[in-house]
Amino acid sequence: MNNIIVYIETENGKIGDVSLELLTKARSLAKGLSCNLEALLIGYKVSELQNELFAYGVQKIHIADDPRLVNYLTLPYSAITISLFKEEKPQIALFGATSLGRDLAPRVSSALKSGLTADCTSLEIGDHTDTKSGTVYKNLLYQIRPAFGGNIIATIINPECRPQMATVREGVMKKEPLESPVKGKVNILDVKSILNNEDFIVEIIERHMEERKIDIKGSPVIIAGGFGVGSRDNFKQLFDLAHLLGAEVGASRAAVDAGFADHARQIGQTGVTVRPKLFISVGISGQIQHTAGMDESAMIISINSDPDAPIHQIADYAIVGDLNEVLPKMIQSYKKNSK
Amino acid sequence: MTKTFKIVVLAKQVPDTRNVGKNAMKEDGTVNRAALPAIFNPEDMNALEQALRLKDRFPGSKVLLLTMGPSRAAEIIREGFFRGADGGVLLTDRKFAGADTLATSYALAMAIKKMQPDIIIAGRQAIDGDTAQVGPQVAEKLNLPQVTYAEDIMSIENGKISIKRRLERGIEVVQSTLPVVITVNATAAPCRPRNAKQLMRFKHARTLTEEQDNEHNSYLPIFSLESLIIPEWGVADVGGDEANYGLSGSPTKVKKIENIVFQAKESKRLTSADQDIDSLIKELISSHTIG
Repeated sequence: MNNIIVYIETENGKIGDVSLELLTKARSLAKGLSCNLEALLIGYKVSELQNELFAYGVQKIHIADDPRLVNYLTLPYSAITISLFKEEKPQIALFGATSLGRDLAPRVSSALKSGLTADCTSLEIGDHTDTKSGTVYKNLLYQIRPAFGGNIIATIINPECRPQMATVREGVMKKEPLESPVKGKVNILDVKSILNNEDFIVEIIERHMEERKIDIKGSPVIIAGGFGVGSRDNFKQLFDLAHLLGAEVGASRAAVDAGFADHARQIGQTGVTVRPKLFISVGISGQIQHTAGMDESAMIISINSDPDAPIHQIADYAIVGDLNEVLPKMIQSYKKNSK
Repeated sequence: MTKTFKIVVLAKQVPDTRNVGKNAMKEDGTVNRAALPAIFNPEDMNALEQALRLKDRFPGSKVLLLTMGPSRAAEIIREGFFRGADGGVLLTDRKFAGADTLATSYALAMAIKKMQPDIIIAGRQAIDGDTAQVGPQVAEKLNLPQVTYAEDIMSIENGKISIKRRLERGIEVVQSTLPVVITVNATAAPCRPRNAKQLMRFKHARTLTEEQDNEHNSYLPIFSLESLIIPEWGVADVGGDEANYGLSGSPTKVKKIENIVFQAKESKRLTSADQDIDSLIKELISSHTIG
């Protein structure tokens, strides 16, 4: 049967959130297509993660476990994925749109000559009729993504080629384990027969990964700064207010590119998508690439000295003023009024 | 004698989607794409700089640009010349039209095979599609290793290239054999400015198509100066299976395009006056929006 396979990303022995979000989505797609949900797990000593995958409804886990696979490497990881997809012929294959997924998925799609859509924000099942030939395609994967700098939303399909592949951005889909885990199967892949020495010509010499401490997605209140904040030093004021409110600090791409804030804080089309209870935007002009990642916030307060900044138009409260004046006043007022 | 390298930089001419100003908006609130300026894709500029730095370090190395697009994409090659590249090729053919990333990668890979470089460097992604797929797909088509998200090419020693990668959650230094395909992040060093000498030398560089289309034929000594001719390659020049090009070589199809419509919503204007800020904070506290 042609099933759905989700690539499971791990870091420091933990499954990435994006993979669990994908499994939740893929579970409902599989239900609609009456097919099975399967997972591919590559790494070293990763077998212990299987119960967590069963809790998300995975019916079969393909595991490639080998000491040489302890860290992600393009060539061996793609060789394993390509070999499995050739064998299993999944109809759909999903990857996180992370730096790993965006390195692996295109390589795999090129080898299989199947189509790939990057950075999807939504996946649906639907039919398609080719206007020229009149051919009807049933149950295709609609791969929906922003394009053209976020100015359009495109629905992409792969009518002929399988698997239909997509990478999906982190944080745009819910993650929800089942109430009771499924009793799934495990398929241990014969790594040694798939890989050869050629697959290890790229070596990792040094690696410094940080545990994800920053969790802007999960924060009910976010204070985000843009290029208008002016410096990394000025960003400290955002952290002060965030600390007081129990909020997280986010940033626009311009602020991250300028080095004012770390990449993990980036909100927008190329960062994470957030929908907090309250979003306070500081010194952000409000380009669509950024607002695409935050405009579903329940309440938006914008602080920008430019009265014509587009951000003010989507804000519930638009404060036209200098952040160096407004932020200290907010801090002061909060201290005075909160119990 | 020091080693020299042949480096191909993949670059794309893209509409500038980053700053969609009021004049680029249609009345219905959607983007008028034709009104956006065509620019050198920003991360491809970072890629070009990495290539030029290798040329600085290994004198005698050659940096060549490869771009695919319509006739006017020759501007990309000229821009490369102005900043220090040694040459370039414009891949242009109606048969390339309608290509998705896979068909694009196939065409680029076929051209690269003909150019025989030691190192291929591209921007991580182009701002019109943001897919980041072409680099890895080109590498796969050429059966070469890939190093994506590169921030700095640190060294080449004994046939091994060391590259620093900037990932979402940290950095990695990897070592690869040559040839290799490298894609470069925006966090890498910005591209050097145009060089006045190069500008004077190459401002008349053009493709034969441009020369023919030039109404005021300037009779520049273009045909006597071979270095000023930007070669144009089509399917016939790079070979390969025609079915893999353009629309027929593209597994993905666009089913639907929705334009984002910008709607103004009612927002309350405040100033930075004490009473404005104070009443806002009080309101947020009383509504339990903040604790």
